[in-house]
Amino acid sequence: MKGRILLGHGGGGRLSHELVETEILPRFGAGPLQSLPDAATLTLGGRRFCFSTDSFVVQPLEFPGGNIGDLAVHGTVNDLAVAGSRPRFLSLALILEEGLPLATLGRILDAVKRGADACGVTIATGDTKVVRRGQCDGLYINTAGIGEVIEEFSLGFAGVIPGDAILVSGPIGDHGAAILAAREGFRIDRGPVSDSRPVHRLVEAIAPLAAGVRFMRDPTRGGVATVLNEMALGHHFGLRIRENDLPHSPGTRALAEMLGLDLLHVASEGCLLLLCARELADPILERWRTFPEGRQAQVIGEVTDQAGRVVLETAIGGLRLVDLPSGELLPRIC
Amino acid sequence: MNYRDGFRRMEAAGHFRRRLADHGRQLAREGRVVRLMEVCGSHTMAIARYAIRDFLPAGIRLVSGPGCPVCVTDPGYLDAAIELADRGVIVSTFGDMVRVPGSRSTLAQARAEGGRVEVCYSPMSALELARNHPASEVVFLAVGFETTVAPVIAMLDAAVSQGIGNLSLLTAFKRIPPALAALISDPGIRIDGLLCPAHVSAIIGADAYLPFAETHGVACVVAGFEPLDILLGLDGLLQQYLSGKARVDNQYARVVKPGGNRQALALMDRYLLPGDASWRGLGTIPASALNLRPEFSRFDAGNRHGLILQPGRLNPGCLCGEILKGKLAPEECPLFGGACHPDRPLGPCMVSSEGNCAAAFRYGGKVGMASGVCA
Repeated sequence: MKGRILLGHGGGGRLSHELVETEILPRFGAGPLQSLPDAATLTLGGRRFCFSTDSFVVQPLEFPGGNIGDLAVHGTVNDLAVAGSRPRFLSLALILEEGLPLATLGRILDAVKRGADACGVTIATGDTKVVRRGQCDGLYINTAGIGEVIEEFSLGFAGVIPGDAILVSGPIGDHGAAILAAREGFRIDRGPVSDSRPVHRLVEAIAPLAAGVRFMRDPTRGGVATVLNEMALGHHFGLRIRENDLPHSPGTRALAEMLGLDLLHVASEGCLLLLCARELADPILERWRTFPEGRQAQVIGEVTDQAGRVVLETAIGGLRLVDLPSGELLPRIC
Repeated sequence: MNYRDGFRRMEAAGHFRRRLADHGRQLAREGRVVRLMEVCGSHTMAIARYAIRDFLPAGIRLVSGPGCPVCVTDPGYLDAAIELADRGVIVSTFGDMVRVPGSRSTLAQARAEGGRVEVCYSPMSALELARNHPASEVVFLAVGFETTVAPVIAMLDAAVSQGIGNLSLLTAFKRIPPALAALISDPGIRIDGLLCPAHVSAIIGADAYLPFAETHGVACVVAGFEPLDILLGLDGLLQQYLSGKARVDNQYARVVKPGGNRQALALMDRYLLPGDASWRGLGTIPASALNLRPEFSRFDAGNRHGLILQPGRLNPGCLCGEILKGKLAPEECPLFGGACHPDRPLGPCMVSSEGNCAAAFRYGGKVGMASGVCA
C-alpha cells in the first residue's frame, strides 16, 4: 500500500473502515474477526465466552467526568457487555513515558481499581513498559477482557423487521464533547462532562427480555451515526431516527452547536444503543430508567423497509441522510 | 426567548411550509420559476442539515453560492502553506484546510511526513503557539470572509501590542459584496433573490446589499442560520419577488445592524487594504481581497518567508467553479460521490464543512433527496 497513515485513519469513520478492509481483513479476516466485532464470541472446552481488547490514548489524561484509567476499564467492559456477555476478567497493560508524575499514575490506577470493582471484573494479568520522554504522551493503556456469554441473548440482524425500535440509554456525545472542551481549554459554565461509565448493568437488567433484542452497541468513536450506518449497511432494512427525541446534555449540545459538530458524530463512553422488537421498547425503557445510567433512556426511532438507508427527521420536520463522519473529527478521544 | 430551540419549532416550520406552498401555487399559476441563491456556506449546510429543500414547492429553486471561504481558495495558496510546513514552519489553521487538495499534496500529507500543522478553533491559538515557541516561526492560515477577518485581525492586533515577533499571516481574505456583484453581472447566471449571509452581515451591515436591490432589482433578505430564520428569509424573498419590489430586509436584526460592526470595520481598515483576488472557479474579482497594508508587511507570511504564490493546478475534472456560481448542482458533477467524496476530495467543495458538495453528499445527494436543483 502506498502513502502513510493519516490521523483520519483513526477517526472511526470512512477512512478507518477502508484501512481495516485493505490491511487487516485480507490478512486476518478468515476467522472470528471476519465480521469485525468489538468483542468476539468464542467457544473453548464447550463453554462460550466473549473476548475483546481496546487501547486508550486519550488526551488529556484527566478530564471532566473521568480519566484514562476508568475509561480503559469501561471501554472493554462495555464492548463485552454489548456483545451479550457478563464481563469477568481484564488485563491491564501500561505504556508509561519517562517523567510521568507518580501522583498522576496513582490517580489513574485508583480509577482503574474503582472502575473494576464497580463492574465486578478482576484485573487478572498485566504488563508495564516505560519509553523515553517524548516517545509517548504521558501514558497509554491497553486492556483486554473476557466475559461469560449470557445465554438468553441471540443477537443478530436476521430477525429485524420494519417497526422494530431503536433505543439509546442516555444522552449522546458527552464524552467527545468533554474531551474537546478540556483539550481546547474552553471555559464553559456547566460545560460537557464525560459519560465514562459501564453499561453492563443495563444489559444484565434486560436479560429476561433478551429474545426480542436484536442488537446492542456502545456508540463510541464515530458516534451514533456510525453505529446506525454500520447496522444498516448491507442489510435488508433501513433506520429512521428523530432529532427531537435524541437525549442530550445541555452543555454538550451547546459546545457541539458552537463548533458546528453534529452530535450524532460525537463519541459517548457510557451509552447503549439497542435495536429490539417494538413491543419490548417500553419494558426495556422501564427497566433501564431504574438505573442512574439509564434514567434518560429514549426510543429515538425505528426500523424501516428502505434497505441500507439511515435517515433523520430534523427538528423542523424535514428528512435527510445520516452520514458517517469523515476525517479527523476528534483525534485521541479514547 | 430561547435563542436555539425557539428557532427550531416544528409547528412554526409547518406554518412556513404552508406559506411556501401558497407562493409555489401562485408561481405555477403565473408560469414562473424563481431562483434564489443562498450565498453563505453556513446557510448551505443548515439548509442541508435541516432538509429545508423538503419545504420548497417545484417553482422555487434554491441554488448555493460561493460563500465557503475554503472552497474559493486557490490551490496555489495550499501549495504555499504546504511549502511552509515542509520548511519547518509551524502552520496553524482551521481544520477544514488540512484536507483540501493543493496542486500535488495536502497539509494532512505534509503533517504525516513530519510537517508541523496545528489545527485550531480560534485564531488566538496561533498567538499562543507563537508565544510558546519563541524559537520557531508560526504562520496562521488567514482564510475567510469578513466574519473571520475581524477575529483574525483582532488576534494580529494583540500580537502587535504584545510585541510577538515570530507570527505572520498567510492571507487569503475575501470580501462578499464584490463576489456578489460579479455573479449578478454575469449574463449566464439568473438570480432573483439573495439569502444574504448572517455573520458576514454582522460585520459589514445590511446596507451593504442595497446596490443589489436598488440597481439590479434583486430581492435581498439577511437571515440567521437557524431553520426558522432561513424559512422566514425564503418567505420574505418570495414576498418581494411576487410583489415585484426588491429591497433589503434585515430579518436577523437581533445580530445585524444596518451599518455593521463599526469597531471591527475600523480595526480591519487599520491593518488591511482591498485588492484583487483570484477566486477558485470564479476567476479574478476586483477589490475582493483584503491584504495587509505595506506598513504591516512584516506580518505577511508571503513576504516574510519569501514565498512566491503561483496559481495552483486545478483537477481538470472538478466542476467546483460551475457549482460555486450556482450553474450546476453538486450531483451534476461526474466526479460527485465517486472519484470525489469527503475522504478523497478532489475539490475543496467536498472538503469544507460549508462546501456545497459536502453538504449535498453528507445529507442526501447520494440518494437524490436534497438535490440542489438548477435552472
